[in-house]
Amino acid sequence: MKILVGIKRVVDYQVTVRPTADGTGVETAGVKMSINPFDENALEAAVRLKEAGVATEVLAVAIGAAANQDVLRHALAMGADRALLVETDAPVQTLQTAKVLKALVEREAPQLVMTGKQAIDDDAAETAQMLAALLDWPQATFASDIQIADGRATVVREIDGGQETVSFALPAVISADLRLNEPRFIKLPALMMAKKKPLENIALADLGNTAAPSLTLQAVNEPPARKAGRVLNNVAELVAALRAEKVLP
Amino acid sequence: MSILVIAEIDSHGIKAATRSAIAAAGQFGEEVHLLLAGADLAGIATKAKSINGLSKILVADASEYAHGVAENLTPLLVKLAPSYSTVVAAATSFGKNLLPRAAALLDAAMVSEVTKIASSRTFVRPIYAGNLNATVDAPAGLALITIRPTVFEAAAETGGDAAIENIAATGDAGKTTFVSRELAVSDRPELATAKVVISGGRSLGSKEAFHDTLAPLAAQLGAAIGATRAAVDSGMAPNDAQVGQTGTVIAPDLYIAFGVSGAAQHVGGIKDSKVIVAVNTDPDAPIFQVADYGLVADLFTVVPELTAALKG
Repeated sequence: MKILVGIKRVVDYQVTVRPTADGTGVETAGVKMSINPFDENALEAAVRLKEAGVATEVLAVAIGAAANQDVLRHALAMGADRALLVETDAPVQTLQTAKVLKALVEREAPQLVMTGKQAIDDDAAETAQMLAALLDWPQATFASDIQIADGRATVVREIDGGQETVSFALPAVISADLRLNEPRFIKLPALMMAKKKPLENIALADLGNTAAPSLTLQAVNEPPARKAGRVLNNVAELVAALRAEKVLP
Repeated sequence: MSILVIAEIDSHGIKAATRSAIAAAGQFGEEVHLLLAGADLAGIATKAKSINGLSKILVADASEYAHGVAENLTPLLVKLAPSYSTVVAAATSFGKNLLPRAAALLDAAMVSEVTKIASSRTFVRPIYAGNLNATVDAPAGLALITIRPTVFEAAAETGGDAAIENIAATGDAGKTTFVSRELAVSDRPELATAKVVISGGRSLGSKEAFHDTLAPLAAQLGAAIGATRAAVDSGMAPNDAQVGQTGTVIAPDLYIAFGVSGAAQHVGGIKDSKVIVAVNTDPDAPIFQVADYGLVADLFTVVPELTAALKG
Protein backbone atom coordinates (compact mmCIF):
# COMPACT_ATOMS: atom_id res chain seq x y z
CA MET A 1 0.00 0.00 0.00
CA LYS A 2 1.22 3.46 -0.93
CA ILE A 3 0.52 6.49 1.28
CA LEU A 4 0.58 10.01 -0.13
CA VAL A 5 1.20 12.73 2.46
CA GLY A 6 0.42 16.35 1.65
CA ILE A 7 2.68 18.82 3.42
CA LYS A 8 2.77 22.61 3.50
CA ARG A 9 5.58 25.06 4.12
CA VAL A 10 4.42 27.71 6.59
CA VAL A 11 5.84 30.45 8.80
CA ASP A 12 7.38 28.68 11.80
CA TYR A 13 4.97 28.39 14.72
CA GLN A 14 7.25 30.35 17.04
CA VAL A 15 7.41 33.43 14.79
CA THR A 16 5.28 36.46 15.67
CA VAL A 17 3.75 37.46 12.34
CA ARG A 18 2.99 41.04 11.24
CA PRO A 19 0.91 42.50 8.44
CA THR A 20 2.85 43.95 5.50
CA ALA A 21 3.33 47.73 5.53
CA ASP A 22 0.40 48.30 3.14
CA GLY A 23 -1.88 46.03 5.18
CA THR A 24 -2.77 43.73 2.32
CA GLY A 25 -0.80 40.64 3.30
CA VAL A 26 1.40 38.94 5.86
CA GLU A 27 5.11 39.75 6.12
CA THR A 28 6.97 36.56 5.21
CA ALA A 29 10.20 37.98 3.76
CA GLY A 30 13.20 36.83 5.81
CA VAL A 31 10.93 34.94 8.20
CA LYS A 32 11.77 31.41 9.36
CA MET A 33 9.69 28.81 7.50
CA SER A 34 9.02 25.21 8.56
CA ILE A 35 6.86 22.21 7.80
CA ASN A 36 3.31 22.72 9.08
CA PRO A 37 3.23 20.96 12.51
CA PHE A 38 0.03 19.01 11.77
CA ASP A 39 1.55 17.74 8.51
CA GLU A 40 4.49 16.47 10.52
CA ASN A 41 2.00 14.38 12.54
CA ALA A 42 0.51 13.04 9.30
CA LEU A 43 3.95 12.16 7.97
CA GLU A 44 4.98 10.50 11.23
CA ALA A 45 1.83 8.35 11.12
CA ALA A 46 2.56 7.34 7.52
CA VAL A 47 6.17 6.42 8.30
CA ARG A 48 5.04 4.37 11.32
CA LEU A 49 2.55 2.50 9.11
CA LYS A 50 5.44 1.69 6.79
CA GLU A 51 7.64 0.55 9.69
CA ALA A 52 4.77 -1.66 10.86
CA GLY A 53 4.65 -3.31 7.43
CA VAL A 54 1.20 -1.91 6.61
CA ALA A 55 2.46 0.51 3.95
CA THR A 56 5.12 -0.15 1.34
CA GLU A 57 5.84 3.39 0.19
CA VAL A 58 5.43 6.90 1.61
CA LEU A 59 5.30 9.74 -0.91
CA ALA A 60 5.54 13.32 0.39
CA VAL A 61 4.10 16.08 -1.80
CA ALA A 62 4.08 19.85 -1.56
CA ILE A 63 2.70 22.63 -3.73
CA GLY A 64 4.37 26.01 -4.08
CA ALA A 65 7.63 27.79 -4.86
CA ALA A 66 10.98 26.04 -5.31
CA ALA A 67 11.79 26.83 -1.67
CA ASN A 68 9.39 24.03 -0.70
CA GLN A 69 12.25 21.63 -1.37
CA ASP A 70 13.43 22.27 2.19
CA VAL A 71 10.25 20.89 3.79
CA LEU A 72 10.29 17.97 1.34
CA ARG A 73 13.88 17.16 2.34
CA HIS A 74 12.68 17.31 5.95
CA ALA A 75 9.94 14.81 5.04
CA LEU A 76 12.48 12.52 3.35
CA ALA A 77 14.69 12.70 6.42
CA MET A 78 11.75 11.71 8.59
CA GLY A 79 11.32 8.58 6.49
CA ALA A 80 9.36 9.37 3.31
CA ASP A 81 10.68 7.31 0.37
CA ARG A 82 10.39 10.01 -2.26
CA ALA A 83 9.05 13.49 -2.72
CA LEU A 84 7.21 15.45 -5.34
CA LEU A 85 6.98 19.22 -5.67
CA VAL A 86 4.21 20.78 -7.73
CA GLU A 87 5.89 24.05 -8.55
CA THR A 88 4.08 27.37 -8.78
CA ASP A 89 4.83 30.88 -7.59
CA ALA A 90 1.14 31.81 -7.39
CA PRO A 91 -0.73 31.44 -4.09
CA VAL A 92 -2.75 28.22 -3.94
CA GLN A 93 -5.90 28.05 -1.78
CA THR A 94 -7.55 24.98 -0.31
CA LEU A 95 -9.90 23.86 -3.11
CA GLN A 96 -7.20 24.27 -5.71
CA THR A 97 -4.83 22.32 -3.44
CA ALA A 98 -7.45 19.56 -3.25
CA LYS A 99 -7.69 19.50 -7.06
CA VAL A 100 -3.91 19.29 -7.40
CA LEU A 101 -3.80 16.45 -4.86
CA LYS A 102 -6.57 14.67 -6.78
CA ALA A 103 -4.49 14.86 -9.95
CA LEU A 104 -1.53 13.41 -8.03
CA VAL A 105 -3.71 10.62 -6.62
CA GLU A 106 -4.75 9.70 -10.15
CA ARG A 107 -1.10 9.61 -11.17
CA GLU A 108 0.29 7.78 -8.14
CA ALA A 109 -2.67 5.58 -7.10
CA PRO A 110 -2.15 5.64 -3.29
CA GLN A 111 -4.59 3.76 -1.04
CA LEU A 112 -4.39 6.41 1.65
CA VAL A 113 -3.87 10.17 1.60
CA MET A 114 -2.87 11.93 4.79
CA THR A 115 -2.57 15.63 5.62
CA GLY A 116 -2.55 17.73 8.75
CA LYS A 117 -5.98 18.80 9.99
CA GLN A 118 -5.15 22.44 9.28
CA ALA A 119 -2.27 24.70 8.29
CA ILE A 120 -1.19 27.12 11.01
CA ASP A 121 -1.07 30.07 8.58
CA ASP A 122 -4.54 30.15 6.96
CA ASP A 123 -6.12 28.01 9.73
CA ALA A 124 -8.67 26.85 7.14
CA ALA A 125 -8.94 23.11 7.98
CA GLU A 126 -10.54 22.36 4.59
CA THR A 127 -8.17 20.56 2.22
CA ALA A 128 -8.56 16.94 3.39
CA GLN A 129 -12.36 17.12 3.33
CA MET A 130 -12.31 18.71 -0.13
CA LEU A 131 -9.96 16.08 -1.50
CA ALA A 132 -12.06 13.24 -0.06
CA ALA A 133 -15.14 14.79 -1.71
CA LEU A 134 -13.47 15.13 -5.13
CA LEU A 135 -12.26 11.53 -4.98
CA ASP A 136 -15.60 10.32 -3.55
CA TRP A 137 -13.61 8.64 -0.77
CA PRO A 138 -14.45 8.39 2.95
CA GLN A 139 -12.78 10.93 5.23
CA ALA A 140 -11.62 10.88 8.83
CA THR A 141 -10.69 14.36 10.00
CA PHE A 142 -8.94 15.32 13.26
CA ALA A 143 -7.60 11.77 13.71
CA SER A 144 -5.92 10.85 17.00
CA ASP A 145 -5.59 7.09 16.41
CA ILE A 146 -5.42 5.02 13.21
CA GLN A 147 -5.59 1.24 12.96
CA ILE A 148 -5.40 -0.39 9.53
CA ALA A 149 -6.08 -4.08 8.87
CA ASP A 150 -7.49 -6.08 5.95
CA GLY A 151 -8.02 -2.99 3.78
CA ARG A 152 -10.10 -1.22 6.43
CA ALA A 153 -9.21 1.70 8.65
CA THR A 154 -10.59 2.31 12.14
CA VAL A 155 -9.96 5.89 13.18
CA VAL A 156 -10.54 7.74 16.45
CA ARG A 157 -11.48 11.38 15.79
CA GLU A 158 -11.22 14.30 18.19
CA ILE A 159 -14.64 15.99 18.38
CA ASP A 160 -16.12 18.70 20.60
CA GLY A 161 -16.57 17.24 24.06
CA GLY A 162 -14.84 13.92 23.41
CA GLN A 163 -13.92 11.40 20.73
CA GLU A 164 -15.66 9.24 18.19
CA THR A 165 -14.61 6.14 16.28
CA VAL A 166 -15.39 5.55 12.61
CA SER A 167 -14.49 2.71 10.30
CA PHE A 168 -14.27 2.44 6.51
CA ALA A 169 -12.73 0.55 3.63
CA LEU A 170 -9.68 2.07 1.92
CA PRO A 171 -8.96 4.12 -0.13
CA ALA A 172 -9.58 7.10 2.13
CA VAL A 173 -8.34 10.50 3.27
CA ILE A 174 -7.28 11.07 6.89
CA SER A 175 -6.31 14.39 8.49
CA ALA A 176 -4.07 14.33 11.55
CA ASP A 177 -4.71 15.94 14.91
CA LEU A 178 -1.71 16.88 17.09
CA ARG A 179 -2.55 13.98 19.40
CA LEU A 180 -2.00 11.38 16.71
CA ASN A 181 1.67 11.00 17.62
CA GLU A 182 4.94 12.65 18.62
CA PRO A 183 6.93 13.31 15.41
CA ARG A 184 10.46 11.89 15.55
CA PHE A 185 13.58 13.99 15.93
CA ILE A 186 15.68 13.96 12.76
CA LYS A 187 19.27 12.78 13.24
CA LEU A 188 22.14 13.96 11.06
CA PRO A 189 22.65 10.63 9.17
CA ALA A 190 18.96 10.68 8.19
CA LEU A 191 19.41 14.21 6.90
CA MET A 192 22.41 13.13 4.83
CA MET A 193 20.52 10.13 3.46
CA ALA A 194 17.54 12.33 2.53
CA LYS A 195 19.77 14.19 0.06
CA LYS A 196 20.09 11.00 -1.98
CA LYS A 197 16.36 10.25 -2.10
CA PRO A 198 14.41 11.19 -5.24
CA LEU A 199 12.70 14.59 -5.34
CA GLU A 200 10.74 15.24 -8.52
CA ASN A 201 9.47 18.59 -9.77
CA ILE A 202 6.26 19.03 -11.76
CA ALA A 203 4.94 22.32 -13.08
CA LEU A 204 1.43 23.09 -11.84
CA ALA A 205 0.27 23.65 -15.42
CA ASP A 206 1.27 20.08 -16.35
CA LEU A 207 -1.40 18.65 -14.05
CA GLY A 208 -4.26 19.95 -16.20
CA ASN A 209 -7.01 22.30 -15.14
CA THR A 210 -6.98 22.82 -11.37
CA ALA A 211 -8.79 26.19 -11.35
CA ALA A 212 -11.07 26.73 -8.35
CA PRO A 213 -13.08 29.58 -6.84
CA SER A 214 -10.75 31.54 -4.58
CA LEU A 215 -11.05 34.22 -1.97
CA THR A 216 -9.53 37.66 -2.56
CA LEU A 217 -7.50 38.94 0.36
CA GLN A 218 -8.54 42.55 0.96
CA ALA A 219 -6.73 43.40 4.15
CA VAL A 220 -4.71 41.92 6.99
CA ASN A 221 -4.87 43.63 10.36
CA GLU A 222 -3.65 43.02 13.85
CA PRO A 223 -6.64 42.49 16.13
CA PRO A 224 -7.31 45.45 18.43
CA ALA A 225 -4.82 45.37 21.30
CA ARG A 226 -6.30 44.73 24.71
CA LYS A 227 -5.98 47.67 27.07
CA ALA A 228 -3.06 47.42 29.45
CA GLY A 229 -3.78 45.36 32.53
CA ARG A 230 -2.95 45.86 36.20
CA VAL A 231 -0.94 43.72 38.52
CA LEU A 232 -2.72 43.36 41.85
CA ASN A 233 -1.29 42.55 45.26
CA ASN A 234 -3.61 39.95 46.69
CA VAL A 235 -6.78 37.89 46.28
CA ALA A 236 -8.95 40.47 48.07
CA GLU A 237 -8.00 43.12 45.50
CA LEU A 238 -8.70 40.66 42.69
CA VAL A 239 -12.17 39.81 43.98
CA ALA A 240 -12.96 43.52 44.40
CA ALA A 241 -11.76 44.29 40.85
CA LEU A 242 -13.78 41.43 39.32
CA ARG A 243 -16.91 42.48 41.21
CA ALA A 244 -16.41 46.02 39.90
CA GLU A 245 -16.25 44.56 36.38
CA LYS A 246 -19.52 42.72 37.16
CA VAL A 247 -18.05 39.35 36.18
CA LEU A 248 -18.37 38.00 39.72
CA PRO A 249 -21.51 38.10 41.90
CA MET B 1 -32.40 34.06 -2.48
CA SER B 2 -32.22 32.87 1.09
CA ILE B 3 -29.68 31.49 3.54
CA LEU B 4 -29.49 27.85 4.62
CA VAL B 5 -28.21 27.08 8.11
CA ILE B 6 -27.12 23.51 8.89
CA ALA B 7 -28.30 22.39 12.33
CA GLU B 8 -26.04 20.41 14.61
CA ILE B 9 -27.89 18.03 16.89
CA ASP B 10 -26.74 16.35 20.09
CA SER B 11 -28.56 14.42 22.80
CA HIS B 12 -30.05 17.68 24.14
CA GLY B 13 -31.40 18.81 20.75
CA ILE B 14 -30.13 21.65 18.60
CA LYS B 15 -26.77 22.92 19.86
CA ALA B 16 -26.38 26.51 21.03
CA ALA B 17 -23.65 26.95 18.38
CA THR B 18 -26.32 26.42 15.69
CA ARG B 19 -28.37 29.25 17.16
CA SER B 20 -25.26 31.44 16.82
CA ALA B 21 -25.11 30.41 13.14
CA ILE B 22 -28.79 31.37 12.76
CA ALA B 23 -28.06 34.79 14.27
CA ALA B 24 -25.10 35.23 11.90
CA ALA B 25 -27.27 34.19 8.93
CA GLY B 26 -29.78 36.86 9.96
CA GLN B 27 -27.15 39.52 9.22
CA PHE B 28 -27.42 38.85 5.47
CA GLY B 29 -30.91 40.40 5.43
CA GLU B 30 -32.40 37.44 3.58
CA GLU B 31 -34.81 34.71 4.62
CA VAL B 32 -33.16 32.09 6.84
CA HIS B 33 -33.98 28.38 6.51
CA LEU B 34 -32.70 25.64 8.80
CA LEU B 35 -31.73 22.18 7.59
CA LEU B 36 -32.50 19.68 10.30
CA ALA B 37 -31.05 16.33 9.26
CA GLY B 38 -30.92 13.44 11.69
CA ALA B 39 -32.86 10.51 13.05
CA ASP B 40 -36.06 10.74 15.15
CA LEU B 41 -36.45 14.48 14.74
CA ALA B 42 -40.14 15.04 15.56
CA GLY B 43 -39.57 16.50 19.04
CA ILE B 44 -36.53 18.51 17.96
CA ALA B 45 -38.36 20.00 14.96
CA THR B 46 -41.29 21.10 17.12
CA LYS B 47 -38.91 22.88 19.47
CA ALA B 48 -36.92 24.42 16.59
CA LYS B 49 -40.07 26.03 15.17
CA SER B 50 -39.95 28.76 17.78
CA ILE B 51 -36.26 29.72 17.33
CA ASN B 52 -36.21 33.40 16.51
CA GLY B 53 -35.25 34.38 12.95
CA LEU B 54 -36.20 31.25 11.01
CA SER B 55 -38.83 31.26 8.27
CA LYS B 56 -38.63 27.59 7.30
CA ILE B 57 -37.25 24.33 8.65
CA LEU B 58 -36.34 21.54 6.22
CA VAL B 59 -36.59 18.25 8.06
CA ALA B 60 -34.71 15.24 6.68
CA ASP B 61 -35.48 12.44 9.11
CA ALA B 62 -33.56 9.27 8.26
CA SER B 63 -31.30 6.82 10.07
CA GLU B 64 -28.34 7.56 7.76
CA TYR B 65 -28.21 11.12 9.13
CA ALA B 66 -27.74 9.99 12.74
CA HIS B 67 -24.30 10.80 14.22
CA GLY B 68 -23.64 13.58 11.66
CA VAL B 69 -21.60 11.43 9.25
CA ALA B 70 -20.32 13.88 6.59
CA GLU B 71 -20.32 11.31 3.78
CA ASN B 72 -24.09 10.84 4.22
CA LEU B 73 -25.00 14.50 4.79
CA THR B 74 -22.98 15.89 1.87
CA PRO B 75 -25.31 14.60 -0.91
CA LEU B 76 -28.22 16.32 0.85
CA LEU B 77 -26.31 19.60 1.00
CA VAL B 78 -25.23 19.31 -2.61
CA LYS B 79 -28.88 18.89 -3.59
CA LEU B 80 -30.19 21.81 -1.53
CA ALA B 81 -27.39 24.40 -1.67
CA PRO B 82 -27.86 25.64 -5.26
CA SER B 83 -31.24 27.16 -4.24
CA TYR B 84 -29.49 29.36 -1.66
CA SER B 85 -27.05 32.26 -1.80
CA THR B 86 -25.13 31.15 1.28
CA VAL B 87 -24.87 28.03 3.42
CA VAL B 88 -23.91 28.64 7.06
CA ALA B 89 -22.84 26.31 9.86
CA ALA B 90 -21.04 26.85 13.15
CA ALA B 91 -17.29 26.20 13.09
CA THR B 92 -17.55 23.25 15.47
CA SER B 93 -15.95 19.88 14.77
CA PHE B 94 -19.22 18.93 13.02
CA GLY B 95 -19.34 22.03 10.79
CA LYS B 96 -15.63 21.95 9.97
CA ASN B 97 -15.89 18.30 8.97
CA LEU B 98 -18.95 18.73 6.76
CA LEU B 99 -18.94 22.05 4.91
CA PRO B 100 -15.61 21.82 3.02
CA ARG B 101 -16.68 18.40 1.68
CA ALA B 102 -19.87 19.93 0.26
CA ALA B 103 -18.06 23.05 -1.01
CA ALA B 104 -15.69 20.94 -3.10
CA LEU B 105 -18.53 19.06 -4.82
CA LEU B 106 -20.38 22.32 -5.45
CA ASP B 107 -17.15 23.97 -6.69
CA ALA B 108 -18.13 26.87 -4.45
CA ALA B 109 -16.23 29.34 -2.28
CA MET B 110 -15.56 28.18 1.29
CA VAL B 111 -14.85 30.63 4.13
CA SER B 112 -14.03 29.06 7.47
CA GLU B 113 -14.32 30.38 11.03
CA VAL B 114 -15.85 33.75 10.10
CA THR B 115 -15.83 36.26 12.98
CA LYS B 116 -17.47 39.18 11.16
CA ILE B 117 -19.86 39.45 8.23
CA ALA B 118 -18.94 42.80 6.63
CA SER B 119 -21.25 42.33 3.63
CA SER B 120 -22.88 39.39 1.87
CA ARG B 121 -19.54 38.44 0.28
CA THR B 122 -16.97 40.12 2.53
CA PHE B 123 -15.93 38.33 5.68
CA VAL B 124 -13.35 38.73 8.44
CA ARG B 125 -11.64 35.59 9.68
CA PRO B 126 -8.70 35.04 12.03
CA ILE B 127 -5.46 33.63 10.61
CA TYR B 128 -2.14 32.66 12.23
CA ALA B 129 -3.80 31.38 15.43
CA GLY B 130 -5.83 34.56 15.76
CA ASN B 131 -2.77 36.78 15.80
CA LEU B 132 -3.99 38.46 12.59
CA ASN B 133 -7.39 39.14 11.06
CA ALA B 134 -7.91 38.69 7.31
CA THR B 135 -10.67 40.45 5.41
CA VAL B 136 -11.58 38.30 2.40
CA ASP B 137 -13.99 38.66 -0.51
CA ALA B 138 -15.69 35.53 -1.76
CA PRO B 139 -16.44 35.49 -5.49
CA ALA B 140 -20.04 35.97 -6.66
CA GLY B 141 -22.20 32.87 -6.53
CA LEU B 142 -22.76 30.31 -3.82
CA ALA B 143 -20.61 30.62 -0.70
CA LEU B 144 -20.35 28.19 2.21
CA ILE B 145 -19.21 29.64 5.49
CA THR B 146 -18.60 28.43 9.01
CA ILE B 147 -18.93 31.04 11.74
CA ARG B 148 -17.11 31.12 15.06
CA PRO B 149 -19.98 30.61 17.51
CA THR B 150 -18.42 32.57 20.39
CA VAL B 151 -18.62 35.90 18.52
CA PHE B 152 -22.28 35.73 17.46
CA GLU B 153 -24.95 35.99 20.17
CA ALA B 154 -27.16 32.89 19.85
CA ALA B 155 -30.66 33.40 18.39
CA ALA B 156 -33.37 33.22 21.06
CA GLU B 157 -35.16 29.89 21.47
CA THR B 158 -38.52 31.63 21.44
CA GLY B 159 -40.31 34.24 19.39
CA GLY B 160 -40.24 32.49 16.01
CA ASP B 161 -42.83 30.49 14.13
CA ALA B 162 -41.14 28.71 11.23
CA ALA B 163 -42.93 26.52 8.71
CA ILE B 164 -41.89 22.87 8.71
CA GLU B 165 -41.29 21.06 5.44
CA ASN B 166 -40.33 17.40 5.33
CA ILE B 167 -37.80 16.62 2.61
CA ALA B 168 -36.65 13.37 1.03
CA ALA B 169 -33.53 11.68 2.35
CA THR B 170 -30.62 10.92 0.03
CA GLY B 171 -29.80 7.44 1.34
CA ASP B 172 -26.73 5.90 2.92
CA ALA B 173 -23.58 6.74 0.95
CA GLY B 174 -22.18 3.42 2.19
CA LYS B 175 -18.74 4.87 2.81
CA THR B 176 -18.27 5.27 6.52
CA THR B 177 -19.54 3.28 9.47
CA PHE B 178 -20.06 5.16 12.71
CA VAL B 179 -18.73 2.94 15.49
CA SER B 180 -19.01 4.80 18.78
CA ARG B 181 -18.74 8.12 20.55
CA GLU B 182 -17.25 8.75 23.97
CA LEU B 183 -18.13 12.11 25.42
CA ALA B 184 -16.58 13.43 28.61
CA VAL B 185 -19.32 13.45 31.23
CA SER B 186 -19.38 16.61 33.30
CA ASP B 187 -21.91 18.53 35.33
CA ARG B 188 -20.04 21.72 34.52
CA PRO B 189 -20.99 24.00 31.60
CA GLU B 190 -19.62 23.29 28.13
CA LEU B 191 -16.21 24.90 27.62
CA ALA B 192 -17.06 26.67 24.35
CA THR B 193 -20.09 28.50 25.71
CA ALA B 194 -19.36 28.86 29.45
CA LYS B 195 -19.62 32.38 30.92
CA VAL B 196 -16.70 31.69 33.24
CA VAL B 197 -13.68 29.51 32.41
CA ILE B 198 -10.77 28.71 34.68
CA SER B 199 -7.76 26.92 33.29
CA GLY B 200 -4.50 25.38 34.36
CA GLY B 201 -1.10 24.76 32.86
CA ARG B 202 1.58 22.17 33.39
CA SER B 203 2.63 23.67 36.72
CA LEU B 204 -0.39 22.01 38.35
CA GLY B 205 1.92 18.96 38.41
CA SER B 206 -0.35 15.94 38.11
CA LYS B 207 -3.80 14.83 37.04
CA GLU B 208 -4.90 14.59 40.67
CA ALA B 209 -3.51 18.02 41.57
CA PHE B 210 -5.11 19.52 38.46
CA HIS B 211 -8.53 18.22 39.40
CA ASP B 212 -8.31 18.64 43.18
CA THR B 213 -7.02 22.21 42.91
CA LEU B 214 -9.35 23.57 40.24
CA ALA B 215 -12.61 21.64 40.77
CA PRO B 216 -13.73 23.37 44.02
CA LEU B 217 -13.20 26.82 42.47
CA ALA B 218 -14.96 25.78 39.26
CA ALA B 219 -17.90 24.53 41.30
CA GLN B 220 -18.00 27.79 43.27
CA LEU B 221 -17.94 29.87 40.07
CA GLY B 222 -20.13 27.60 37.93
CA ALA B 223 -17.15 27.61 35.59
CA ALA B 224 -15.87 25.26 32.90
CA ILE B 225 -12.31 23.99 33.31
CA GLY B 226 -9.85 24.47 30.46
CA ALA B 227 -6.23 23.49 30.05
CA THR B 228 -3.14 24.36 28.08
CA ARG B 229 -1.71 22.01 25.50
CA ALA B 230 1.16 21.24 27.89
CA ALA B 231 -1.28 20.17 30.61
CA VAL B 232 -3.19 17.99 28.16
CA ASP B 233 -0.06 16.46 26.62
CA SER B 234 1.26 15.50 30.05
CA GLY B 235 -2.02 13.75 30.85
CA MET B 236 -3.26 16.14 33.55
CA ALA B 237 -6.39 17.17 31.69
CA PRO B 238 -8.53 15.51 29.01
CA ASN B 239 -8.02 16.42 25.32
CA ASP B 240 -11.33 18.21 25.00
CA ALA B 241 -10.33 20.66 27.76
CA GLN B 242 -7.59 22.17 25.59
CA VAL B 243 -7.99 25.87 24.94
CA GLY B 244 -6.20 27.45 21.98
CA GLN B 245 -5.66 27.28 18.23
CA THR B 246 -5.76 23.50 18.14
CA GLY B 247 -8.33 23.11 20.89
CA THR B 248 -11.40 25.13 21.72
CA VAL B 249 -11.56 28.88 21.08
CA ILE B 250 -13.41 30.54 23.93
CA ALA B 251 -14.72 34.04 24.70
CA PRO B 252 -16.21 33.90 28.20
CA ASP B 253 -17.03 36.90 30.36
CA LEU B 254 -14.28 35.87 32.76
CA TYR B 255 -11.21 33.76 32.04
CA ILE B 256 -8.77 32.93 34.83
CA ALA B 257 -5.46 31.31 33.86
CA PHE B 258 -3.56 29.55 36.65
CA GLY B 259 0.07 28.76 35.96
CA VAL B 260 -0.35 29.40 32.23
CA SER B 261 2.65 31.00 30.52
CA GLY B 262 0.65 32.36 27.59
CA ALA B 263 2.06 30.85 24.37
CA ALA B 264 0.72 32.47 21.16
CA GLN B 265 -1.17 29.26 20.39
CA HIS B 266 -3.03 29.50 23.72
CA VAL B 267 -3.58 33.26 23.69
CA GLY B 268 -5.16 32.95 20.22
CA GLY B 269 -7.91 30.93 21.84
CA ILE B 270 -8.72 33.26 24.76
CA LYS B 271 -8.03 36.84 23.71
CA ASP B 272 -11.67 37.66 22.98
CA SER B 273 -12.62 36.96 26.58
CA LYS B 274 -14.17 40.00 28.27
CA VAL B 275 -11.94 39.92 31.35
CA ILE B 276 -8.71 37.91 31.54
CA VAL B 277 -7.01 37.18 34.87
CA ALA B 278 -3.56 35.61 35.10
CA VAL B 279 -2.03 34.01 38.16
CA ASN B 280 1.59 33.05 37.67
CA THR B 281 4.76 33.05 39.74
CA ASP B 282 6.77 34.36 36.77
CA PRO B 283 6.25 38.14 36.42
CA ASP B 284 7.65 37.96 32.85
CA ALA B 285 5.18 35.34 31.63
CA PRO B 286 3.64 36.51 28.30
CA ILE B 287 0.13 35.87 29.69
CA PHE B 288 0.46 39.10 31.72
CA GLN B 289 0.56 41.08 28.45
CA VAL B 290 -3.03 40.13 27.65
CA ALA B 291 -4.36 39.90 31.21
CA ASP B 292 -6.59 42.66 32.58
CA TYR B 293 -5.66 41.65 36.11
CA GLY B 294 -2.58 39.79 37.19
CA LEU B 295 -1.38 38.24 40.40
CA VAL B 296 2.29 37.30 40.64
CA ALA B 297 1.74 34.49 43.10
CA ASP B 298 1.66 30.74 43.60
CA LEU B 299 -1.56 29.29 42.23
CA PHE B 300 -1.63 26.69 45.01
CA THR B 301 -2.06 29.57 47.48
CA VAL B 302 -4.32 31.72 45.33
CA VAL B 303 -6.90 29.11 44.25
CA PRO B 304 -7.99 28.09 47.79
CA GLU B 305 -7.95 31.75 48.93
CA LEU B 306 -10.10 32.76 45.98
CA THR B 307 -12.49 29.85 46.56
CA ALA B 308 -12.83 30.82 50.21
CA ALA B 309 -13.30 34.52 49.42
CA LEU B 310 -16.12 33.73 46.99
CA LYS B 311 -17.87 31.54 49.54
CA GLY B 312 -18.06 34.78 51.51
